[in-house]
Amino acid sequence: MAGSAWDCNAASGPPRHTVLVRVTQWITALCFFALLLSGIEILISHPRFYWGETGNVNSAPLFQFPIPASRGSVPTGYGYVLPDQNGWSRSLHFQAAWAVVFTGALYVLAGLLRRHFQRNLLPAPAHLSWRALSAAPAAHLRRTPPDEAEAWSYNLLQRLAYLAVIFALFPLAIWTGLAMSPAFVAAFPWAVEAFGGQQSARTIHFFVSVLLALFLLVHIAMVVLAGFRTRVRAMITGRLDAPRENA
Amino acid sequence: MKRPSRRALLTTGFSAAGLAVAARLADRYGLIPPDHGGLYGPGATLTYAAHRLLAYDSLAREFPRQLISARPFANPVAPPGEDFKRHQAEGFTHWRLAVDGLVERPASLSLADLKRLPVRSQITQLACEEGWSYIAEWTGTPLSEILDAVGARPQARWVVYFSMEHGWWESIDMADALHPQTLMSYAMNGGDLPVGFGGPLRLRVPRQLGYKSLKFVARLTVTDNLKKFGKGLGSASPEAGYSWYAGI
Repeated sequence: MAGSAWDCNAASGPPRHTVLVRVTQWITALCFFALLLSGIEILISHPRFYWGETGNVNSAPLFQFPIPASRGSVPTGYGYVLPDQNGWSRSLHFQAAWAVVFTGALYVLAGLLRRHFQRNLLPAPAHLSWRALSAAPAAHLRRTPPDEAEAWSYNLLQRLAYLAVIFALFPLAIWTGLAMSPAFVAAFPWAVEAFGGQQSARTIHFFVSVLLALFLLVHIAMVVLAGFRTRVRAMITGRLDAPRENA
Repeated sequence: MKRPSRRALLTTGFSAAGLAVAARLADRYGLIPPDHGGLYGPGATLTYAAHRLLAYDSLAREFPRQLISARPFANPVAPPGEDFKRHQAEGFTHWRLAVDGLVERPASLSLADLKRLPVRSQITQLACEEGWSYIAEWTGTPLSEILDAVGARPQARWVVYFSMEHGWWESIDMADALHPQTLMSYAMNGGDLPVGFGGPLRLRVPRQLGYKSLKFVARLTVTDNLKKFGKGLGSASPEAGYSWYAGI
């Protein structure tokens, strides 16, 4: 094994994931769980979505979820009203949002300074050809086992998904969230006008959250398929053992 | 037990002193909300401080007339008490807005008194924390004009306002109290403010969510200390689990 990539498993070798990536990953995971839970609670108080500047129970919704609501004024068709959880849900949502913004800013700043994105996430230009891009999902679905080099890096679909989450979905979730704040848009009206109104921003915020939740589901499924214990250990301790579970 | 090193003691001491100085400064510059304690205090304080530092006097968005919602909505209120029914039967001619606290000339203003003060009309959005919203035109007396008329003292830091509806009260800082769009509104969309929307008097605070726009306002108190009111958290909202600052 001398000279192979697995030598890096020695305690003195570089970790699979740096301390900064591991710490920010788990804080982000915790915050995302809090944001998702509190976001669902907030949605339950008014499970209707609109487009444009305004919307309320007297106007036609873009769509409505067929679920009971935590407010009696919403016509849901159910004969009961769920308990009001908006107070702590909103407080938890904004506190977790602050935490994820600080964590994300630290991660992105460090990632740029240490060239983490260029080295580990940006696909090589050769991999961005139409052929490579169209072949990747099929290879992925055939579950071709990753080679040794891949265990130490990310494949093409992973790179594109991570880049989209870091540089498109999270920023868009933060932006649409701010666009719902009456005080924020008083100072920066373009932040909500860009979406065509406060209710449009709320609807986009919802769909971005759905995409982030879908990403999380696929991410966990891939971790399970690639070897749950090895992958999670690598993300906690930084160490990557021989891929027993892939054998 | 190992004795703490001198360096550790000095670092801890300086950090504690630094935090204490930062907290004093933040309080002095009005960056600490009254409900800053508790589990969600850090998030609430960050939001409030960020908004006061970045957007102290920015104006809420105003809209063209054609964007006024055809069918606005207001959350249902508890059935009115006998007092309110009597006022309603009298067409609110005996409704009074009491103004007291840190003011030179405490006053009791009728709707007619208020209408003699300068008027402002504005088409703004009311967004509820639940997620719905509407746009309407509100007309009323800027709160700053009322505070001017009664001579608010310079040490004033907050304006507390009480609804005739039992148990409902709110407060705002001077950034919102003196803000030109904070209106003691008595008219909506060109007519008297309907009771369902908080008539005869509703304090419209358009840079914050709907629950800060208290309905049936009957009293204002100017103060330098919110600890004296209720549980000392600034308003009835934090006592019910909602954040005092609702700019988000």
